[in-house]
Amino acid sequence: MTVSILKQREYLIASIQSNLTDTEVVALRDALIAEVIRHRARGVIVDVALLDVIDSFVSRSLTTVARTNRMRGARTVVVGIQPAVAAAMSQFGLQLDGIETALDLEAGLELLDA
Amino acid sequence: MTDQLTPPAQAPAEGPEIDAELLRELVAHLRQAGTALREEWTRRITEAQLLSVMTPDEIFSEVTAVYDNYVDALESGSVEALEAYAKNLSERIIPRGVETHEVLGVVLLLRDVLARSLFEKYQDDRALLNRVLDAYEPAANRIAVTVSVSFVEERERVIRQQQVAIRELSTPVLKVRDQLLILPIIGALDTARARQLTEQLLHGIRENRAKFVVIDITGVPAIDMQVANHLVQAVRASGLMGARVIITGLSAEIAQTLVNIGLDLSMMQSVGDLQGGIEEAERQLRYAVTRTGDEPRNGES
Repeated sequence: MTVSILKQREYLIASIQSNLTDTEVVALRDALIAEVIRHRARGVIVDVALLDVIDSFVSRSLTTVARTNRMRGARTVVVGIQPAVAAAMSQFGLQLDGIETALDLEAGLELLDA
Repeated sequence: MTDQLTPPAQAPAEGPEIDAELLRELVAHLRQAGTALREEWTRRITEAQLLSVMTPDEIFSEVTAVYDNYVDALESGSVEALEAYAKNLSERIIPRGVETHEVLGVVLLLRDVLARSLFEKYQDDRALLNRVLDAYEPAANRIAVTVSVSFVEERERVIRQQQVAIRELSTPVLKVRDQLLILPIIGALDTARARQLTEQLLHGIRENRAKFVVIDITGVPAIDMQVANHLVQAVRASGLMGARVIITGLSAEIAQTLVNIGLDLSMMQSVGDLQGGIEEAERQLRYAVTRTGDEPRNGES
């Protein structure tokens, strides 16, 4: 899998390095859900700054991660959505329901700390 | 400047040669009578109150130049020089507020003045007059079209230029505090402008690391379904980048339109006016604004 999940304080950080296949997206989704309990994490940050496309499958997977983790006591923040990606997503009606968003990793950490 | 009438070298033949011959004669006549005809033209322009933004001297000097170009164009059959002059003239007079109807009127007046002078000259010979007019009319019409089209094209070019300038100036994204941007929108919103606005907003958010944006639409006269949807999209996209949007300055009409459309605005926060919007954003960003002048004075009294 091309995404490594790092533990930073009580947070998990997954930084996506390249566009993912659907299989890789599923693997990332399952890993993020499993790791939260293993590390007793309070928050999960998914950094998508390097993605130039976020499609409906990725959006739905991220939403699933957020909802599942919320039930188990962890918040999910998606950070680094590029302006063009944000414009395209809102134009096509892709929403990240129940997911918090922040400008970048730093802002995401700030948001979880607050 | 006066061309001598060249006597026909051979017996006049049928067809276009006759027309060319007549046209030459015509041009010679127009050059000979030039001064009088120019004055007549100027008089009629003034009488019709056309070109009222120009002084009589200016009108006369332009009239002279246009007249000479006009006769040259009649003679050579090529409108290129006249086209260039008309363009140049339009560039000068458009900023002064000369209207399309004035230019058309002036061109048609010249046509009238010249035609009348031809009637006078050839009135004794109806057959010749007819042939002269046959030669004159197509050329004159072509010239009138050229001048009018040049003017309209120049106007359109100016309008296009202004549209680009207005578009560039129309969506400023301004930073008022750390993490707080304002985006005042003035004038009608169409799809193209709404899209550009979204783009500038999103880049502004990234560059300024903004957490709040106040979009003020006090200056927007009306909103339709499509534009409202664009606004909603801009707000959603900002949200994806971690910035919250507060909309301010919704007029009663716009608010009613939105309600009638049935648009769900629950995902965006709105406050009555720009000041209120900024204050709300400041509150959520935990800024406290106090007047420094008040305390010492209160302390003294």
